[in-house]
Amino acid sequence: MLDIPLWKRVLILGVVVIGLIWAMPNLFYGRVEAHNDALAAAEQAGFATEEQQAAIDGWPSWLPSGLVNLGLDLRGGAHLLAEVHVEDVYKSRMDSLWPELRRTLAEERDVIGAVRRVESPQDQLQVQIENADQMARAVEVARELSSPVVSISGAGQSDLEFTASGDVLTVQLSDAEKAATDDRTIQQSLEIVRRRVDEVGTREPTIQRQGADRILIQVPGIGSAAELKELIGTTAQLTFNPVVGTGSNPDAPAGLGNVVLPSQEDPDFYYTLEEAPVVTGEELTDASPSFDQNGQPAVEFRFNPSGARKFGAYTSANIGQPFAIVLDSEVISAPTIRDAITTGTGIISGSMNVDESTQLAVLLRAGALPAELTFLEERTIGPELGQDSIDAGKIASIVAIIGVVAYVVASYGIFGVFASIAVITNVILILAFMSGIGATLTLPGIAGIVLTVGTAVDANVIIYERIREELRRGKRVATSIDTGFREAMSAIIDANVTTFIAGLVMFFLGSGPVKGFAVTLTIGLVTSVFTAIYLTRLMIVAWLSRRRPKQLVL
Amino acid sequence: MAFRLKLVPDQTSINFFRLQKYTFGLSAVLMVLSVILLLTMGLNFGIDFRGGTTIRTESTTDFVVSDYRDALTGLEIGDVSITEVFDPSFGEDRHVAQVRIGASEGTEAMTPDQIQTVEAALTEVDPNVSFVAVESVGPKVSSELIRTAVYAVLAASLGILFYIWIRFEWQFAVGGVVAIVHDVLLTMGIFAALQLRFDLSTIAALLTILGYSINDTVVVFDRLRENLIKFKNMPLVEVMNLSVNETLSRTIMTAVTTSIALFALFALGGDVIRGFVFAMLWGVLVGTYSSIYVAKNIVLWLGVKRDWSKPDPDKLPDQFTEQP
Repeated sequence: MLDIPLWKRVLILGVVVIGLIWAMPNLFYGRVEAHNDALAAAEQAGFATEEQQAAIDGWPSWLPSGLVNLGLDLRGGAHLLAEVHVEDVYKSRMDSLWPELRRTLAEERDVIGAVRRVESPQDQLQVQIENADQMARAVEVARELSSPVVSISGAGQSDLEFTASGDVLTVQLSDAEKAATDDRTIQQSLEIVRRRVDEVGTREPTIQRQGADRILIQVPGIGSAAELKELIGTTAQLTFNPVVGTGSNPDAPAGLGNVVLPSQEDPDFYYTLEEAPVVTGEELTDASPSFDQNGQPAVEFRFNPSGARKFGAYTSANIGQPFAIVLDSEVISAPTIRDAITTGTGIISGSMNVDESTQLAVLLRAGALPAELTFLEERTIGPELGQDSIDAGKIASIVAIIGVVAYVVASYGIFGVFASIAVITNVILILAFMSGIGATLTLPGIAGIVLTVGTAVDANVIIYERIREELRRGKRVATSIDTGFREAMSAIIDANVTTFIAGLVMFFLGSGPVKGFAVTLTIGLVTSVFTAIYLTRLMIVAWLSRRRPKQLVL
Repeated sequence: MAFRLKLVPDQTSINFFRLQKYTFGLSAVLMVLSVILLLTMGLNFGIDFRGGTTIRTESTTDFVVSDYRDALTGLEIGDVSITEVFDPSFGEDRHVAQVRIGASEGTEAMTPDQIQTVEAALTEVDPNVSFVAVESVGPKVSSELIRTAVYAVLAASLGILFYIWIRFEWQFAVGGVVAIVHDVLLTMGIFAALQLRFDLSTIAALLTILGYSINDTVVVFDRLRENLIKFKNMPLVEVMNLSVNETLSRTIMTAVTTSIALFALFALGGDVIRGFVFAMLWGVLVGTYSSIYVAKNIVLWLGVKRDWSKPDPDKLPDQFTEQP
């Protein structure tokens, strides 16, 4: 135990040094943050303004610039938990299916008779037909409208379910299609929310899916949750515009009633478009990834009746012309019209893979939120309160460390100094680790660190108490230390595993404050075992070989 | 001779079981009392678990709570409670209050208009007021949070129980879990007694107490196992006493360092996490107590197999007669 091989020494000290380097940027939080922000902004713009350059130069780029993210409670900002009403989409799907179904059934009129839509639950389409005995034929005809579900899990299943009872034909989305639709709805909502929030340009918003139908939105530095809600509530502008010309000059004379807009794909490519759109995203009811007749990935879209009419009229008059799809003043794509699209559904195909078609479908529908959001949870933390918490947390941590160090040194003398160095290193390692993985520090997280300061000493205490016992039995100093370390191991491991279990449970089940606390607690456990066992041992061994004490008072 | 601060003398031989009727009885009484308190007074749930809205106000001038209350009574919102927050760090020109508005029926979170109405009404009575934090939780989320919190405590307990069972013996696991239940109950009891706000962060504190208490208990158990192997013929009570005495200085030492750190946070960490830190401080106290006086008593009553050289689960415990 007492002769540590050189590679181990190097490794232990290496970890500590790397930890110091990784944690260091947090000392210069403001400067490093300015540096990171400016760098990101300059990268996006492709050039740096003078202020940005100054900010970038404010921190040497060869140093690590990872920082501990500050949680909302420390930085101030808004937190929203939104629920997406995925079933809204079923209704609009059914509504847009009706014209198609009516047309299809009308072709068989002499067999089926007249058809009319009857009252039904929101996620169903119920049609009454005149000749109930011909129901089988009606179902057969209607079935032509269904298409396979486009999703991994729903492969090979049809997207519509048809049931007949008496003279009523009921159509609804199959479970597989519902699942696929829900997934799309959430993806689209996420995409829109992200676009909306990015427009404000605050730093690093967190926008994540939570559970089946929820979205968590955290935006640091925004005034209030109400403000954030307004922002998300507004819809993006999606339009379909006729293309007048293309070019690479953003300042080209557009001509009366025209507008020059950049391409989203290629920043140096500009489209001149007629300013008045043919149809807008308001009239789009659905867009989903699918495949064209050649089996190439494509995007299928659907308009509501009025949109379908306008779209049909325009496309039949302009076959062979490009037609621009514009989102938030950027041209997403400008596919060429191949033939007249009168059914209100069309396909955008181009050179894209499945990912791109999915992405485009999401973007297409990202015009308007696909379904209503309700907010289940809202929190606004003012920046002053956050600053107060940081200041208080800092002071408390420093006082805690000083108090613990004083007590440990008073109890164990030089060995207490070693333990104290280990504890301080431990705090630095926690910060380093959090900076490295970009974990978020919250106020309970600070409490977790402070608690770790208290408990990290524990492993050293277990070891030292063992050494004391051995010394009391009259063993030699080196033997006592050796035995102390060895005997204490099982207790240290057992004791830490139990806390580790509690920490993991908190991390996986907890949310918000509980999670933030669990992160620092769990990281702190791992680092404290390392510092208490390896680092202290290294220090004690070095001290032993230099001093060779005949006696040890512990 | 170097100076060493020692709270516990080197060699102690306290008989921890001499007063076991009283110590264990005290634990039992406190547990029952906690249950009674929980049933009668109930916990003061924060909005995390009850739904509703809290608004933290800060004002540069002193205010009267009743003025605030009067300002909000006519607004037709849920039931309102206003508490003034004190903290030594506030100074003369900071007066903080916490306004809590119960969840109204059928709404999820509060609408921005409602919050604006409340803020306007408060600004009218106190022009210097500012709103540093507004938090609103709908009933849907709060009921989920309660469920998750209960699951978390249960899952952590079971995980720890399982681990001790694997590492030691089932009697130890039972002892450990009784100690956990004891600590959780007593902590919830004091929260009910003092009507402190019980929210998500309190759950985090509870789980930490679990971890801390079991950590303490395991260290004692670990030594106990070692001594059981070492002193095969010593009566179980004596082995236990020996083990606790041997680990006593460590138990106290760790409790003190943890308390020093937590106390710094309690005094200087601001009022936002004071309840959270209080729960942990209290937990260190009961956790230390339970690992000395509760966990082992259970093991003593259940008895353990004494021959650790070969596994023999069928052997009857032979220690029931060794009560002092």
